[in-house]
Amino acid sequence: MQAHQRMLDPTPNGLHSGESPLLQTLGLTKRYGDFLANDSIDIDIWPKEIHALLGENGAGKSTLVKSIYGLIQPSAGEIRWQGGRIMLSGPSEARSRGIGMVFQHFSLFDNLTVAENVALGLDGKESFKDMSARLEQVSKTYGLPLDPKREVWQLSVGERQRIEIVRALMQDPKFLILDEPTAVLTPQEADQLFIVLERLKAEGRAILYISHKLEEVKRLCDTATILRGGKKVDTCNPRLETAASLARMMVGGEIKEVKAAAGRKTTVPRLVVNDLSLAPAEAHGVRLEHISFELKGGEILGIAGVAGNGQDELFAALSGERLSKDPGTVVIEGIAAGHLSITQRRKLGAAFVPEERLGHGTAPRMKLSENALLTGHAASGMVNHGFIDTAATLKTVDRATETFDVRKAKRDPEAASLSGGNLQKFIVGREILRNPAVLVVSQPTWGVDAGAAAVIRQALLDLATAGAAVLVTSQDLDELAEIADRIAVMFHGHLSAPLATVDASREKLGLLMGGSSLEPKEAAHAVGA
Amino acid sequence: MQLVLEKRAERSNTIALVSPLIAIGLTIVTMTILFAILGKNPLLALHAYFIAPLTDSYSLQEIAVKATPLVMIAIGLSLCYLANAWNIGAEGQFLIGAVAGSWIAVKTQGTDAGAWVLPAMFVLAAAAGALYALIPAICKVKFGASEILTSLMLVYVADLFLDYLVRGPWRDPQGFNFPTTAEFDPVATVPLLIEGGRLHLGSIIALLVVAAAAILLGRTIKGFEIRVVGAAPRAARFGGFNANQLIILTFAVSGALAGLAGIIEVAGPVGHLQPGISPGYGFTAIIVAFLGRLNPLGILIAGLFLALTFIGGEQAQIAMKIPLDVTKVFQGILLFYVLACDSLILYRFKLVFPNRQVASGTH
Repeated sequence: MQAHQRMLDPTPNGLHSGESPLLQTLGLTKRYGDFLANDSIDIDIWPKEIHALLGENGAGKSTLVKSIYGLIQPSAGEIRWQGGRIMLSGPSEARSRGIGMVFQHFSLFDNLTVAENVALGLDGKESFKDMSARLEQVSKTYGLPLDPKREVWQLSVGERQRIEIVRALMQDPKFLILDEPTAVLTPQEADQLFIVLERLKAEGRAILYISHKLEEVKRLCDTATILRGGKKVDTCNPRLETAASLARMMVGGEIKEVKAAAGRKTTVPRLVVNDLSLAPAEAHGVRLEHISFELKGGEILGIAGVAGNGQDELFAALSGERLSKDPGTVVIEGIAAGHLSITQRRKLGAAFVPEERLGHGTAPRMKLSENALLTGHAASGMVNHGFIDTAATLKTVDRATETFDVRKAKRDPEAASLSGGNLQKFIVGREILRNPAVLVVSQPTWGVDAGAAAVIRQALLDLATAGAAVLVTSQDLDELAEIADRIAVMFHGHLSAPLATVDASREKLGLLMGGSSLEPKEAAHAVGA
Repeated sequence: MQLVLEKRAERSNTIALVSPLIAIGLTIVTMTILFAILGKNPLLALHAYFIAPLTDSYSLQEIAVKATPLVMIAIGLSLCYLANAWNIGAEGQFLIGAVAGSWIAVKTQGTDAGAWVLPAMFVLAAAAGALYALIPAICKVKFGASEILTSLMLVYVADLFLDYLVRGPWRDPQGFNFPTTAEFDPVATVPLLIEGGRLHLGSIIALLVVAAAAILLGRTIKGFEIRVVGAAPRAARFGGFNANQLIILTFAVSGALAGLAGIIEVAGPVGHLQPGISPGYGFTAIIVAFLGRLNPLGILIAGLFLALTFIGGEQAQIAMKIPLDVTKVFQGILLFYVLACDSLILYRFKLVFPNRQVASGTH
């Protein structure tokens, strides 16, 4: 295999002969029980290099960087830092050696200020005043503007990420690990981040950049290491590869193209939202502000936006997990449903798929048949005079398994034992098998492997073709471009007017995601109304 | 070399069945050491505890009599615990049920009332137990008060209330000033199953309660609701189930069963209302519920086992002068081991060798 041959030469361009890499792993292996999360991985990272770590969910990217950052102990193999072998006792030792990391999920205290959060994350003993001054200086130097005195809950997701990056930079790391940093950014914010990263590289630092966005990697990274199933597949120069060839290495085969049926016809409005406003249920939650849209049968409406702009609150309001005082705010199949419970809305023909698979969409430690009952008890003939029809629940499991290719070890396992992709296929399948008139789905392919993602997107398209109204909330603009007919953007609890997908360029969507309006006239009109 | 707990992919059903047995085994080992420290022959003591009570008909009947309230209360508690509602006050609900049922017995004393008396006592006791349990449940739902604390504190209120009644208004005038009501009339007494024996109708009722709970939890949507609210609250809300309603419901059912157990105990084996009608049934039932894995059939077995420790404890006191408090120590240690062994259902022990050795092994 070609990939294997190239693996023998970890420095494809041969630039680094004679020196030793900044960081090197040799045969790094991490075992969880019988499961090999990392299988003997060799990786070389050089100064002045942005090194991409590519792979699907579950490929072992997180496990590898956790070993490098000292969060977990590898089962075998070694890590070399500037040529010498190191055994990290924990993240603080990694930091003191010059290894920094910015996590995908921020560890910030909402009620503390920027400076207080940074102080908590530093190991140093400098005074708070000195630290604040240095914070301001670092953030200015790198063009990462931050007000040290603001409390975190007031900041956007992009600003919160800046805190994490500045906190890492204040320790002057030689090597910085970034875990999917652009997942939470608008396209414009991502561009700004790339400028910062280029600058860090120019200063002689090395960056390990975890991502699955291939265009981004091609644009930014000098080297890419691809993991699949815990093993290293290849190390290559992403600029010499195509997005398709990188994807093939990640997935280990061709990815099925999603096909929209030609001549899909829209019918009557099946989900209508009228001037829906809702106070947040939790402190620092987002208030929904005058949201209105109309969704017809046969149509897919995409909702884009940076996480935390009210998408979760909108899902709760649409599903009936939170009720509205005014019944007319949510109309399902022509019936005012704002005051109806989730069960009553399901009886009207609505179905829902939440973002969190485990713990929200399913009870993790319950069997699939019981999880079929979880949403099917209201309207699927699974309950007879209060008694459960076990045969009917098992039949739903079997049908979902067949129709959506759910792979599992036995007929009716616990939800938690399925992989993310297979569980998501089951959840989407469970709802689609009820033939819903309206499907509201949140982050349908988040953390799902490419094969499962294609199956799920195809299922959503087929459902719309069959006449259902489908509302998809996603942070993945490519996904929305692929399946949605129209795309609207959520920002600070407001929903923009939907754009036809053909008109919704990344730039336009990025502006809306950042809170700018496209046409000043429209904004003035909105204020007037 | 290092011993670590490692999460299992799926819960182990084998361990779920075996874990109570491991816990019992560990408890017996600990008790053996404890008996040795007390200067008693451990083998004789264990014989007195676990073997002797099984050898004669009287003791066997007595085990069933003691198991009856334990099983009834534990079934109710298991519904609460499955739904993540922590009713610790079953002892209080038991006493209030006993008091409420006894009210009818005391008021109809010597009036030649008909056969309605005993059923009416049962109904009133269950209702009173349910209402008493609703106090912490409503405080929890309306004000967010910890049901653990409020239900526990209400035990002492019930205890003192009973004490007041039997020392004051309900005291038997012919009772030589003992704090007790008069002996209940035959129509206010739970009938015996064997003439001249100890076994009474209450044991049949306990078996019916076990069967009903097994059907509820295994076959009905309400049982599913109880399980899912406890196991995954957010998923339960997504499923359309209301956790607060369920707290109210499970507390009410649990209180009703404890209250019913209370009146059965008073109108059965005891025969009159007095302080100390319960050797801590409401608390021991917590152990029964967990030892029985919150499963109705398991609770039946666990109830019989803990009843055995009560009887065995009495025999050990008589035969070997082992203090009765040792029985409580035994029960406490058992609960400790049961909860500890439960982690083995979701986790397993694994020996981990340090980095270096394995690394040199593979290279």
